[in-house]
Amino acid sequence: MNFLLINFFLISLLLVTTFFIFKTTSLISVVALTGAFTLLCSAIYVNLDAVDVAFTEAAVGSGISTILMVMAAAKLPEGKKNKLINLFPSIILAVSISLILIIIIANLPLLGDPNAPIHLHVVPEYLKESKDFFHIPNVVTNILASYRGFDTLGETIVIFTAGLGVIALLTSNTLNRKTNFKKNNKKNER
Amino acid sequence: MRDKISSSPVLSVVSKILFAPIIIFGLYVQFHGDYGPGGGFQAGVIVAAAFILYSMIFGLSKGETLVPIMINRYLMCVGVLLYAGVGIVSILLNGMYLDYNVLSSDPSTGQHIGIILVELGVGITVATVMIALYHSFASFGEINE
Repeated sequence: MNFLLINFFLISLLLVTTFFIFKTTSLISVVALTGAFTLLCSAIYVNLDAVDVAFTEAAVGSGISTILMVMAAAKLPEGKKNKLINLFPSIILAVSISLILIIIIANLPLLGDPNAPIHLHVVPEYLKESKDFFHIPNVVTNILASYRGFDTLGETIVIFTAGLGVIALLTSNTLNRKTNFKKNNKKNER
Repeated sequence: MRDKISSSPVLSVVSKILFAPIIIFGLYVQFHGDYGPGGGFQAGVIVAAAFILYSMIFGLSKGETLVPIMINRYLMCVGVLLYAGVGIVSILLNGMYLDYNVLSSDPSTGQHIGIILVELGVGITVATVMIALYHSFASFGEINE
């Protein structure tokens, strides 16, 4: 009962936040509200007992990405307001996507159903084996670093490549592209 | 962005007080990830947050003195190489790639060593990439000197 009440409260807060993200025209407010949105998401994950996911969501979603978005918003030219020109196509797109999702949700197994396909494949083996063999209580860490070690290596390389890409795009000491960027900006102002 | 954002003493004093506890919390999340929620990804972001807070309050130049850009870039590679290196070591010890059982005489201890090293690699890469992202964003559009 409590579980349902808390979930209902959090999801209605999510709806309110979404409404205000939609309503506001200031870029900084949108960034702040998106941070609040991901923080509410992580509260929902805690309520669903997915503590590791919630931790990641709080640290990455509402921590670092909010800071980076603020930095990006500060670099944008001032005085331009976020204008929505024609709402009709986006409303049709949003409604059709939500209808598809609602139809799919009706076919999903119930929350926490022990007979759901995902709980019958390899999970029982992991849960049973990992405590005796690894002596590490956190099964998430076992799966992440050992059973799925290749996936995590791939994820690390993805993060590394993303960092390389941003460095290559935004800092270019050798090509002196920054100076050109400034010059071009000045030309545009004239 | 290169200079101080704010000269308010409250901000600088609070960030000076918070800097060490944030890093200690990051290390706790890193090395306690086996027993509680947490691990390399989260710990990396938390440690990076401490350095980003420092450069936000005291300016980008001081942040660059604290974490020099080139050292940061080398550490990005060190994290990935540490992860991949654990796999190479297990091949050299007649195991399969990323098979931690062979890292120690006892397979269970070997798994423990492997998981800690791998998570450390992930943590180093994530932390340094986040710091690099912040520095690239913050210094974007500056004239080269």
